[in-house]
Amino acid sequence: MTSQTTGANQMTGAKMIVQALKDQGVDTVFGYPGGAVLPIYDEIFLQNDIRHYLVRHEQGAVHAAEGYARSTGKPGVVLVTSGPGATNAVTGLTDALLDSIPIIVLTGQVPTFMIGNDAFQEADTVGITRPCTKHNWLVKDTEELASTIHEAFHVATSGRPGPVLVDIPKDVQFADGNYIPPENADLGHYQPRTKGDADAILAMVELMENAERPLFYTGGGVINSGPEASATLREFVAATNFPITSTLMGLGAYPASGKNWLGMLGMHGLYEANLAMHGCDLMINVGARFDDRITGRVDAFSPDSHKIHIDIDPSSIDKIIHVDVPIVGDVASVLADALALWKKRGSITNKPEVQSWWATISDWQKIRCLDFTPSPKTIKPQYALERLEALTKDHPNRFITTEVGQHQMWAAQYLGFEDPNRWMTSGGLGTMGYGFPASIGVQVAHPDGLVINVAGEASWLMNMQEMGTASQYRLPVKQFILNNERLGMVRQWQELLHGERYSHSWSESLPDFVKLAEAFGAKGILCSDPADLDDAIREMLAYDGPVLFDCLVEKHENCFPMIPSGAPHNEMLMNDAGVQDAIGASGAVLV
Amino acid sequence: MNALHIKKGSSKKSAYDLKNSFGDTMERHTLAAIVDNEAGVLARVIGLFAGRGYNIESLTVSEIDHESKRSRITVVTTGTPSVINQIKTQLERMVPVYEVHDLTVEGPSVERELALFKVAGVGDKRVEAIRTADIFRASVVDTTLNSFVFELTGTPEKIDAFAELMRPLGLCEVARTGVAALARGLRDDE
Repeated sequence: MTSQTTGANQMTGAKMIVQALKDQGVDTVFGYPGGAVLPIYDEIFLQNDIRHYLVRHEQGAVHAAEGYARSTGKPGVVLVTSGPGATNAVTGLTDALLDSIPIIVLTGQVPTFMIGNDAFQEADTVGITRPCTKHNWLVKDTEELASTIHEAFHVATSGRPGPVLVDIPKDVQFADGNYIPPENADLGHYQPRTKGDADAILAMVELMENAERPLFYTGGGVINSGPEASATLREFVAATNFPITSTLMGLGAYPASGKNWLGMLGMHGLYEANLAMHGCDLMINVGARFDDRITGRVDAFSPDSHKIHIDIDPSSIDKIIHVDVPIVGDVASVLADALALWKKRGSITNKPEVQSWWATISDWQKIRCLDFTPSPKTIKPQYALERLEALTKDHPNRFITTEVGQHQMWAAQYLGFEDPNRWMTSGGLGTMGYGFPASIGVQVAHPDGLVINVAGEASWLMNMQEMGTASQYRLPVKQFILNNERLGMVRQWQELLHGERYSHSWSESLPDFVKLAEAFGAKGILCSDPADLDDAIREMLAYDGPVLFDCLVEKHENCFPMIPSGAPHNEMLMNDAGVQDAIGASGAVLV
Repeated sequence: MNALHIKKGSSKKSAYDLKNSFGDTMERHTLAAIVDNEAGVLARVIGLFAGRGYNIESLTVSEIDHESKRSRITVVTTGTPSVINQIKTQLERMVPVYEVHDLTVEGPSVERELALFKVAGVGDKRVEAIRTADIFRASVVDTTLNSFVFELTGTPEKIDAFAELMRPLGLCEVARTGVAALARGLRDDE
């Protein structure tokens, strides 16, 4: 560490923060000013390297940063004030923690000498955010500020990525200190292991060589590991001819048009994907974490398989499902090592058995579990997404975000993702209100991209104030709202589990979305007739600016297939006919 | 589905190969974590236990290296083997944590606890209390005409046994430090 006391490195804390962000390669910050961050906003005013996007609510800033991060692979940066600024960021932090998104949130804090006095806009920010960040810091000395920010970037982006928070009291922002550039900063001792154990990789390869019914089960870890991880995965799948399925978070790591693709698995996953999970004899989990949306009933989960689990977080191993071959390491590194070893040993697979496994799978695929009955009168949500897919899939730069609920599951089922980093959704926390601000973050990162937020009207309303942000920066985000005037997924569960008593799962006063768009200086489109849908979607795509697309869809459509709570993978509900008494009392207590 | 018939190759030599499932009996484990002695580190550890519903039977924490600002946290906890494994790995992934040792499974270890006992009594009870303290090699650190404070160091079991014997003799207050523990012998890197 350098210890200059004078010279060019001497600067105020506020200036230091902006300098540290620049030195970390940050060009975009999402934020909202307030009393405790005024010195930092002053420094932002005085420079042009970092572009600040003013959101309309701090939650929106964090989700926008998540969208930015997820679509670029770079960390997202948020700047908010103390007290309510920090507490409003909590949902976004928790969302980023559960989905392992690298986010750096800088919060202002009351001056150090007022901490603990219940000062105006004081909150115990590090206390409140301790369980919803990967790590957080309260900086009480300007001399430590630069190093702490550099360490924050290091922690957020190393190992399993996640959100971090640096709480900076106002007097620390005003005081002078010595700026330490990233190359001289003490990054602490946090150095997660990235290289997989050689013996474990050998065991993995041997199991793969002998497997009769193998299956790749991939997750968000492949996306987080970077484009090389997806490339190696694709090569591995092509070389072995093993089938592959993915969690919600992992969509795009393997292309939806790839010949080994089975589609998403899990609670609303495809029939063939779930049965393949249930029936496989070798499960190769690459960067997924056996979430309860995936496993269904744990004691009946894939009962006859050996399980390999590649994960950079040792605490994910054996947390929910006991695995036979755990490999702690970065997906890209482990897959590359495994692929090299597998080739070196002669690229062996159990070809005849794998071939007959494919024959079984193709029988399941013949069920065509995503087929639905279109209606000439009303737009089925599945139909809306089919048309959206048909009219946008050839766009070279398409990005999809979603809110949370039925529309999210339908989007995962009916839209195809050819590349990683093109699909941004709130998987772990299930945050209604995520998609709109996330789409703003994605559009900021990809000015030429086609960014569509597939939304439900209820979720969308949760962060609708961000219309102001979209308008102010002329961000041409397309808000594709499947409007069923219901909390669709809640309604579906009430139908299945609570005797069709639809307690508070609809809104009696929805806004006129077209007028709402116009009030914010955006374009509104209303569509209720299937015959008009294609033209309306084309109109949305052609408009150079934010669009609010109010797509009135069938109000009582349920999302299938569905693994009811408490059921194993081979007991899927395929349509409304199957739902009678499908969920027992023990299943009803699960979420 | 049929049972598996996977041929096994040289992966038999892998330490990871097809290990046994965790059992579901409750076990008591002593974990030692070496952490940065920074503000909030104990809150992080406690928060992990509280937030995930793990048990804490005893907890001791103190700085052990002033120069490098490191503390040692010793936690005694109970849980099924899978919960113990989770506690260990969840602790290990915390940013201020250097290392975590499960002293219960990493070979023999020694555990000690210090306790203070205030015993009130006169006459026979008072005599019996001091005799028992002598047997346990507890020392008297305070005395009045009608009370003692004993100091006792030993395993938690020894402390428990002493408390049991003192109860009918007028035990009125106990203060225990919680367990401090170290592995026996030298590790490879020591």
